[in-house]
Amino acid sequence: MHKLSVTQGSTMKNTDIRRLFYAHLLCVLSVILSTFVPSFFLESFSILETHLTWLGICSVSVTAVNLVLYLVVKPNVSSKRSSSSHKVARFLKCCIYFLMSCFSFHVIFVLYGAPLIELVLETFLFAVILSTFTTVPCLCLLGPNLKAWLRVFSRNGVSSIWENSLQITTIASFIGAWLGAFPIPLDWGRPWQVWPISCTLGATFGYVAGLVLSPLWIYRNRKQLTYKNN
Amino acid sequence: MRWLGSGTVYLQMQKVSVLLFLAWVCLLFYAGIALFTSGFLLTRLELTNHSSCQEPPGPGSLPWGHRGQPGACWMAAQFSRVVLVLIDALRFDFAQPQRSHGSGEPPASLPFLGKLGSLQRILETEPHRARLYRAQVDPPTTTMQRLKALTTGSLPTFVDAGSNFASHAIVEDNLIKQLNSAGRRIVFMGDDTWKALFPGAFSQAFFFPSFNTRDLHTVDNGILEHLYPTMDSGEWDVLIAHFLGVDHCGHRHGPHHPEMAKKLSQMDQVIQGLVERLENDTLLVVAGDHGMTVSGDHGGDSELEVSAALFLYSPTALFPSTPPEEPEVIPQISLVPTLALLLGLPIPFGNIGEVIAELFSGGKDSQPLSSALAQASALHINAQQVSRFLHTYSAATQDFHVEELRRLQNLFSKASADYQWLLKNPQGAEETLKAVTAELQQFLRGARAVCIEFWARFSLVRMAGGAALLAAACFLCMLASQWATSPAFPFYSLLLMPVAWGVTGAVVCAGLLATTGLKLDAVVLAAVAAVGSLLPFLWKAWAGWGPRRPLTSLLPIPRPILLLLLIRLAAFFSDSFVVAEAKATPFLLGSLILLLVVQLHWEGQMLPPKLLTIPRLGSSAPTGLPRHSGTYALRLGVGLLLCTRLAGLFHRCPEETPACHSSPWLNPLASMVGGRAKNLWYGACVGALVALLAAVRLWLRHYGNLKSPEPPVLFVRWGLPLMALGTAAYWALASGAEEAPPRLRALVAGASAVLPRAVVGLAAAGLVLLLWRPVTVLVKAGASAPRTRTVLTPFSGPPTSQADLDYVVPQIYRHMQEEFRGRLERTRSEGPLTVAAYQLGSVYSAAMVTALTLLAFPLLLLHTERISLVFLLLFLQSFLLLHLLAAGIPVPRPGPFTVPWQAVSAWALMATQTFYSTGHQPVFPAIHWHAAFVGFPEGHGSSTWLPALLVGANTFASHLLFAVGCPLLLLWPFLCESQGPKRRQHPPGHEAEAKVRPEEEEEEEPLMEMRLREAPHHFNAALLQLGLKYLFVLGVQILACVLAASILRRHLMVWKVFAPKFIFEALGFIVSSVGLLLGIALVMRVDGAVSSWFRQLVLSQQR
Ligand SMILES: [Zn+2]
Ligand SMILES: [Zn+2]
Repeated sequence: MHKLSVTQGSTMKNTDIRRLFYAHLLCVLSVILSTFVPSFFLESFSILETHLTWLGICSVSVTAVNLVLYLVVKPNVSSKRSSSSHKVARFLKCCIYFLMSCFSFHVIFVLYGAPLIELVLETFLFAVILSTFTTVPCLCLLGPNLKAWLRVFSRNGVSSIWENSLQITTIASFIGAWLGAFPIPLDWGRPWQVWPISCTLGATFGYVAGLVLSPLWIYRNRKQLTYKNN
Repeated sequence: MRWLGSGTVYLQMQKVSVLLFLAWVCLLFYAGIALFTSGFLLTRLELTNHSSCQEPPGPGSLPWGHRGQPGACWMAAQFSRVVLVLIDALRFDFAQPQRSHGSGEPPASLPFLGKLGSLQRILETEPHRARLYRAQVDPPTTTMQRLKALTTGSLPTFVDAGSNFASHAIVEDNLIKQLNSAGRRIVFMGDDTWKALFPGAFSQAFFFPSFNTRDLHTVDNGILEHLYPTMDSGEWDVLIAHFLGVDHCGHRHGPHHPEMAKKLSQMDQVIQGLVERLENDTLLVVAGDHGMTVSGDHGGDSELEVSAALFLYSPTALFPSTPPEEPEVIPQISLVPTLALLLGLPIPFGNIGEVIAELFSGGKDSQPLSSALAQASALHINAQQVSRFLHTYSAATQDFHVEELRRLQNLFSKASADYQWLLKNPQGAEETLKAVTAELQQFLRGARAVCIEFWARFSLVRMAGGAALLAAACFLCMLASQWATSPAFPFYSLLLMPVAWGVTGAVVCAGLLATTGLKLDAVVLAAVAAVGSLLPFLWKAWAGWGPRRPLTSLLPIPRPILLLLLIRLAAFFSDSFVVAEAKATPFLLGSLILLLVVQLHWEGQMLPPKLLTIPRLGSSAPTGLPRHSGTYALRLGVGLLLCTRLAGLFHRCPEETPACHSSPWLNPLASMVGGRAKNLWYGACVGALVALLAAVRLWLRHYGNLKSPEPPVLFVRWGLPLMALGTAAYWALASGAEEAPPRLRALVAGASAVLPRAVVGLAAAGLVLLLWRPVTVLVKAGASAPRTRTVLTPFSGPPTSQADLDYVVPQIYRHMQEEFRGRLERTRSEGPLTVAAYQLGSVYSAAMVTALTLLAFPLLLLHTERISLVFLLLFLQSFLLLHLLAAGIPVPRPGPFTVPWQAVSAWALMATQTFYSTGHQPVFPAIHWHAAFVGFPEGHGSSTWLPALLVGANTFASHLLFAVGCPLLLLWPFLCESQGPKRRQHPPGHEAEAKVRPEEEEEEEPLMEMRLREAPHHFNAALLQLGLKYLFVLGVQILACVLAASILRRHLMVWKVFAPKFIFEALGFIVSSVGLLLGIALVMRVDGAVSSWFRQLVLSQQR
């Protein structure tokens, strides 16, 4: 009996990991498509030249894919029944959270040395894209629930592989954005060394790396990972 | 004094040994820095003497008495005009003629070979008019140094002692100066380095920026736009064109790139065009200032870097013979005396070059004998000038060996005598003539060799030795800081052994050197002593440490902090990052702060008890319920980031980034126009002063240290406001001095001299008072009330040892708190209690904070007015950081106490950040020279140490403040404990009730800093560890600087970026280490005073 439940758990875990992997693959695909598809419709589109356009498109497509995944996969099956008005309120709350996170990221960038007045739009769009990579998945997975967020981002706080991968991708996005700031002072004179392009690219690479690596990491450590609720 | 029992003596000895040990570690670092400096920074004394036409270089009549002629000085001019084409980094083989290979060898296909075809053609078709030389260049082969050499004829070194650090202008005698004083018109075009070197020397100039090495064409095209029109206009006597394209092409692509071929071909066309336009009275010089390595860089002393091309061409026949098969090798500075004499100018005073004799032979058709005599006379004038220089130089310094000088002197006397004899007997002495020429050349070469030996050698051995010594010292700091907190740390043997060994090593080395008769070198001696004392320590440490613990514990720094430190160190190796350090440091500091906050959250360590410990002066003081405790650290972090960003507004731009604009707030208020804005700013500055003062007083009052009638407290109450008043008055005078009515001018001048001195005097008086009576505790009569006796009853007499005293002290302290509690309860019966009674619990930090404030005021005075806002931010920032750090450190009950690495790293980062936000940059032109005149508006007369001290205090103010304040890192967690233990007893749900404190808890009253006194051994060990860790963090920085400077000694920016950075970092290290020792000594002084205070208290109770 005991053994059976263990094997059942592990197969469930394996299917879960597979689902996670496909979901992440979809997200990666959305990032890649957002860099290549628009050039068919827009003239002279390139990541560096029309960076802001790319930022917007990438942000929208990643958000859309996340929403679709949320609706299709439903990783957190909430037992609570909810009315439509409740859903609308929840959605509005999510929007507010997203905006709040954009603004707070913007403030943090300025505190870290981003120019205050010049390049406001660029800085803000960087905040938007970083929010897309971090806040949107959090909102999809955990809902507008700060306590759950704080729980997920603390030691031994995760309770499913979804949350675990969320943790990894979010941290990877942050680290990517952080590392992206380093080439800016160098005198190589490359076009991508301009604020905030290197940071947005860093965040994107970090996000993609997190998406790719987190299922692999979870798969490798599936024996050690035990979640309280699973 | 029965009280000085063995325990007390033991602890006193321990304190002294901690201080001595730290001082010894500092000395190790100093020895390493000195050794490296002696190998890296070449030094030379700059003489300001000038040659002049009227004053011949030596006795004896000048040949042929040309002095009457116009335009002639020491010799008659052969050319009235000269075109000097400097092609930066024109290596010799770039210009080398390519011989047709008879043996069927394929012609060389390297892109840089044979591209200067016009040179080859001229050399073949007009052999008597042109010459190509292989010019031997003296390192350092950087452009600015080479330009100095090419105009002064001397060997440039990095630190030309006596030079004006504020600008690069050459103060020594040079060709440009001589040309100017002879009234020649100089037109310059090209590299803007010349602008810095010779300000205002050119009648017409077209400067182009030299910084961007990726840009191959701007400078060259700019020159070409002006070159031929200027030349045709004829309004010039000397035309200098400095092309940079070849050099930049080398830096960008290397010499083996097709682009180099294009660039050289372009230069070839330039030379071709010039030769066509040349008139008969004009000399054309084409020269490279240095070569380049295979990778296209330069700066060092490899063969490829030190061989440059030198090409001379005159439309009239100049040379008696045809060019040799292989071009002659000559020192590049030979050009200086040659040009001077050819143009009829005096040779620059400090020249040590030798004239190219064949240019003075009088052309193809002259008689062989008279031609040889003319060459000898040019050499003789040259030798007289060099001899005069050697004489003057050796009178000013002791650089040269006496025997060497004497040998040279004899050589010169003999040659000179022979020459004079020759002049008297001109007929038929061909043999003598040859001998005289050879003697003169021998003298000149000997003199040059002596100078090179003493001025222009990187000593790689010394550089490596210095770096190794620094690395060993860092390793020692790491090792000892880990070891210090273990109970088995052998204080005495550790202290005595290194000192004993060091002295022994020094004596043995000195003896050896003395017996073998070598010259004693203090630097080498110090290094040997340092190594001699280091080795036994490491050996003993290995013996005591190695077997017992794994080696991994040798690298105890937590991984994120290690990563951050490594990033910071790696940044020293990139000139871009050194230039951008003002931005990179706040970024790293911000990262560290966020890391701390996130770590606190991640570990779940945001304990509710920490919430209420924050004093009320911070703007982010939490007042809410403990459920906000999660955001407490976050708020501290955001506050810190905000302060850092605000301080970053006061930045000064490095000169390398032209797009950047320095903050206008760094200028003094006196430079502002517009009275209203000025008044507002003045108000803001005074407001910052008042806020600083109020914050410190509030803090002291919060911990109850403002109650006692002790002199330091009285000083804080009355002296500090007086100092603030004096500062404000001085600012008012300084900013409005221009507007004062004439009658009051004298008064204003007097006051602006007296006020700063008065403030400094007050600060010094305050510090002396603090050192005299550092214990700011109010002794109440109640302290000896009957209940105290009950506490002390276990003792049937005065405690006889320190151990007894240590046992008694916390009890007395607890009892005193009870007393105060009772008294306060009586006076203020309701409402939550303040912690005002715990003054003894903050006795160390109170002394530290007072000392820091007293130090800050004079330092503030040395800066411009608006920097006071930065000082306010500095205090606020360190206050917030200390709280944030304390939030992560649980107070260990019995000890050992440790200071975590992140605390020390953040502290050091903050010191660097404040260095930049007070308007400094690690380059010499950015030094705030005006600081030398604060309090001395009339200047200093001949004294140099006082202005140096003032400027140094201005430059390294942040280093000093943070180093002195370093012990706060150890003390603050204890300070934050003030209500901690009590809170811990309550389950998280009952915080509301916790406000009403039950009386039975008084035994759990926080001991705060008295915990340190409970375990004095651990206290000393913690201080030692703190000092070692801080020295480690600073020492690794200086090690990185040293490695960067030695590895990148060929780098384009080595003299512009890396060497100044090293000097600033080294001086900063010295200031920081001294400050650290002072801070730790202050804590120990307070500790001693607390001991004696308790002793008196106990004694008074025994009576
Ligand atoms: Zn050069
Ligand atoms: Zn160069």
